[in-house]
Amino acid sequence: MSTEPVLSVTGLHAGYGPTPILQGVELRVGRGEIVSLIGRNGVGKTTILRCLMGQLRVTAGRIRYLDRDITRLTPDARARLGIGYIPQGREVFPRLTVAENLQVGELIGGPKGRKLADMVYDYFPRLQERRGQAAGTMSGGEQQQLAIGRALIGNPSLLLLDEPSEGIQPSIAQMICAALKSIRDELGCTILFVEQNLDTIMTLSERCYVVEKGRIDAHIDAAQLADRNTVRQSLLI
Amino acid sequence: MFAEIFSILFQFADVFAFLVLAAAGLAIIFGMMGIINLAHGEFITCGIYVTVAGVQQGLPLPVAQALGALTAGIIGVILERTVIHRLYNRPLDSILATWGISLIVTQGMLVTLGSSWAGIGTPEGSFQVGEYTFSSYRLVLFAAAVLVMLALYLLFMRTRYGVLARATMQNPQMARALGVRTPWIYATSFGVGAALAGLCGALYAPTMTLIPTMGITFIVEAFVTVVVGGANVLIGTVPAAMVLGAIRTALNAWQGQIIGQIGMLIAVILVIRVLPEGVSGWLLRRNR
Repeated sequence: MSTEPVLSVTGLHAGYGPTPILQGVELRVGRGEIVSLIGRNGVGKTTILRCLMGQLRVTAGRIRYLDRDITRLTPDARARLGIGYIPQGREVFPRLTVAENLQVGELIGGPKGRKLADMVYDYFPRLQERRGQAAGTMSGGEQQQLAIGRALIGNPSLLLLDEPSEGIQPSIAQMICAALKSIRDELGCTILFVEQNLDTIMTLSERCYVVEKGRIDAHIDAAQLADRNTVRQSLLI
Repeated sequence: MFAEIFSILFQFADVFAFLVLAAAGLAIIFGMMGIINLAHGEFITCGIYVTVAGVQQGLPLPVAQALGALTAGIIGVILERTVIHRLYNRPLDSILATWGISLIVTQGMLVTLGSSWAGIGTPEGSFQVGEYTFSSYRLVLFAAAVLVMLALYLLFMRTRYGVLARATMQNPQMARALGVRTPWIYATSFGVGAALAGLCGALYAPTMTLIPTMGITFIVEAFVTVVVGGANVLIGTVPAAMVLGAIRTALNAWQGQIIGQIGMLIAVILVIRVLPEGVSGWLLRRNR
């Protein structure tokens, strides 16, 4: 791992109403790393991402991003600091066209946004073809490409993805994984993603945190990641 | 013959302008933001009173009208920041709160300003077609209605603010996660809606005698036009006003104003029954 963490989380607690979900999450992600959060359904993976994005109030603990405490910042302030978010289910704006969806993401990018728009179309040529189409009428795979493009166009330092391969045919999921690796290589983006699909985890991750009962239960490093069985066992804890 | 046809078209344009101007602000506040704003009539009343007060203080009419719209817009922003922003996704509460605001405003105006004010009179100017004489100011109202809808379309479809506002109305949480200052978007959009309501009042101020409860004159037409227009107000409001305007003009000419009003409301019920998504829903489905 790089010595300089882009993201560090200490003692994170959060929940929905009186129900506690996260109970002391600790994690660090270094600059340019691709790290996954894996584990069974309902262990708190999505909740971690929602806390990192500021969509869920943290009851205890600290989130530091690029040497700055962002624990109490609003989601829009976090986005403007360079955190890009691709939520579960993509959440594209269905009645906006592809180009308009990207325009919303461009807000954060400022002057660089224009050049980044061309780059997004290079990574995902399908979006170029469908520029004028309402996003809600596209397939799941196309919407995922749009959601990634929309976050990317804001020139983020950290990308948070929630189950990027969910509901997408395997060939498209592999294409998206390849695009995410290129994005990291070319832009130096750090990527933290939640995933349950074994193939996507194996293809994209450089290391994994295993989440269990609202805590980080184990860590899988690059060497262990080569063993498919180790990862599979972690998903079945 | 030409004079008769022109007279019918003129009356249609008059009803159309009334429906569009009354509905434009509500199209944003109710149609896009989902706030059932029963105080919409009071924003219109605000535009009327400020315009009349401005003219009585010696301001030229167009300046007083701009001031009326601006005042309503500023009050709208303040109201959104203090009360309305707590009521998103709470339709019943929003009905109650805005109805309460409406009652406070109308009763407060009755107490402080009295039960009626003298009007300022319609600007002079008329023209003749055949044996009929028409008020030129009614043409100004029609032109204003067309310009307001055009401006709204350009604002929401062609500007950066418009894209951000539509994104925010569709999914505020996601828009915020992309860096959009959604509270600012909501306050501005509510302000634009209130300003358009104020503009409607300002434009009709010279044609009316002022009473504090006059907002009610507009609110039924405003709501039915937005509801018939359907979810996409930018596409739906103009055809809705055309359909309702045509029905009302025809019934007015045939049986008088009251039958015209009743007939229009029956037409609204029928349209909602046949096209539950409104005119815009039907148009979008056809183009798919």
